[in-house]
Amino acid sequence: MSANNCRAVKVISNKPLGLSSPGEEIVELKLEYPDWKPGWRAGQFVMIRPISWPLDLVWGRPFSICNADETSLTILFQVVGRGTARLLELKEGDEVNIWGPLGNFFSKPQNRPVLMLAGGMGIAPFCGYVDSHPQPENLKLFFAHRPPLENYPYKGISGKVDVEDIRETKPTDIPAIIARVEELVKEYADNDGLIVACGPTPFLKTIWNAANKYGADAELSLENRMACGVGACLGCVCKDGDDHHTQVCTTGPVFKANNLSLEG
Amino acid sequence: MDVSIDFAGLKLKNPILTASGTFGFGLEFKRFGDLESLGGIVVKGLSLKPREGNPMPRIAETPCGMLNAIGIQNPGVEEFINKKLPKLPWKTLPVLANLYATDAAEFGELAGVLAGEEGVAALEVNVSCPNVKEGGIAFGQDPRQITKVAEAVKKNAGNKPVIIKLSPNVTDITVCAKAAEDGGADGLSLINTLSGMAVDIERRTPRLANVIGGLSGPAVKPVALRCVYQAVNAVKIPVMGLGGITTAEDAAEFLLVGAKAVQIGTGNFLSPDTAFKVAEELSKVLERVKAESIDEFIGSLQLPK
Repeated sequence: MSANNCRAVKVISNKPLGLSSPGEEIVELKLEYPDWKPGWRAGQFVMIRPISWPLDLVWGRPFSICNADETSLTILFQVVGRGTARLLELKEGDEVNIWGPLGNFFSKPQNRPVLMLAGGMGIAPFCGYVDSHPQPENLKLFFAHRPPLENYPYKGISGKVDVEDIRETKPTDIPAIIARVEELVKEYADNDGLIVACGPTPFLKTIWNAANKYGADAELSLENRMACGVGACLGCVCKDGDDHHTQVCTTGPVFKANNLSLEG
Repeated sequence: MDVSIDFAGLKLKNPILTASGTFGFGLEFKRFGDLESLGGIVVKGLSLKPREGNPMPRIAETPCGMLNAIGIQNPGVEEFINKKLPKLPWKTLPVLANLYATDAAEFGELAGVLAGEEGVAALEVNVSCPNVKEGGIAFGQDPRQITKVAEAVKKNAGNKPVIIKLSPNVTDITVCAKAAEDGGADGLSLINTLSGMAVDIERRTPRLANVIGGLSGPAVKPVALRCVYQAVNAVKIPVMGLGGITTAEDAAEFLLVGAKAVQIGTGNFLSPDTAFKVAEELSKVLERVKAESIDEFIGSLQLPK
């Protein structure tokens, strides 16, 4: 890894996808490619802090890499706090500091069925995963979401792999989602498949519980509040399989389900 | 301009160090700059045995600052010596170990373990962590305890300089500074974090699992400057200043009030190359303000008549 892996790049575009209503935007931010060598892997993340941010926003913000090519890097975000609200203000040509690619990544096994389980914004890493997988015919996506499909970068995946989606519009929809996730986890465990998952913590807990129950080979991508993203601050820890604190940013963000504890 | 300094016998190529708890064990930042361009690094707080630290959530961003309640999570001093230290370029980069213990005797024992380690340039003693139930800030608020801890560490530290890191959460910082000096400390570093709190009105919960944490970042800089200024004028031993430094200008402010060196803490989170940039730019800033030398600039604050 070369030194100075923190650099300023320009915003190419920054626009809400689909028909998101104000305050509920799912935003696609495209940045100049930071010229990473040797490159990046699906599941890794970046820390982003716009040059224009004043000192009242101290931390960079971590985002899963949605996709990247030789010219651009794409991330997705939803406005949930002070930082993402300010990110929404970025215009073409603005500069952001970016450091990455950070953390580990999802496996891409040869000749094994792979189930991608995405909850909401958890779909982000699977765009790059599908595009970079050598055998997309082995992939299936199950996508649980609240806003309409048009608000996600869903088309890029749905044209390439087997997909199934379910929309949660009210709390009573949740049991059906949990039941279907459990069914799928069992099916892939029985068929020596790999499960890769990303989404909100309750969604991941469902998968973690099912993976333990059925002995599934599952990789879960966690998100957490981070100050540094590089393993220094110890602010983002989770519990590993031995119940010890371990950093999400450097030991993860992708964990084998059996190396992780999501109890409690 | 040559910005090398002598701090309590430590020869530093520049006065820019990184603060404990914000720079890991240094290795995490190798990809963002040349570690050896820094004056030194102070590694993550070490205890005799590994510590798990506090439950999550442990950090919260606040306006111009952050709260943390990590709770000195660390792998223990033995793992540091065996696995981390050998990977650092300690022959050309002063590595300062930061010590955490729950009583004076344990501090002394920890100092004894590190005394013989060639790769450790100095010991920084944390008597001021607000985030642990045992010991922690209680030491930092009791001058007699500060003296006792300084004595215990100094007794076992061999020829390594002992730097006591002070808490700002006291009525009179000069009393604590003198207490450390009386205990035989070779230098001081200040400030540690200010005790603080943040709450979530939607959930009606504290933002930290520990409820109370330590505030750091640009928000604390005026408090840190004041404490450093007061401490410098109260003791003869040298002072390292820290608290909210994010630029070379910030670093120069601390030098101006009398700090001989500074540490970058939360600034490392604004961008992982902050400390490298500050180290690179300090000499230009000193030239810009027409300092004749770094020694001339340190403590040259002109007070109103």
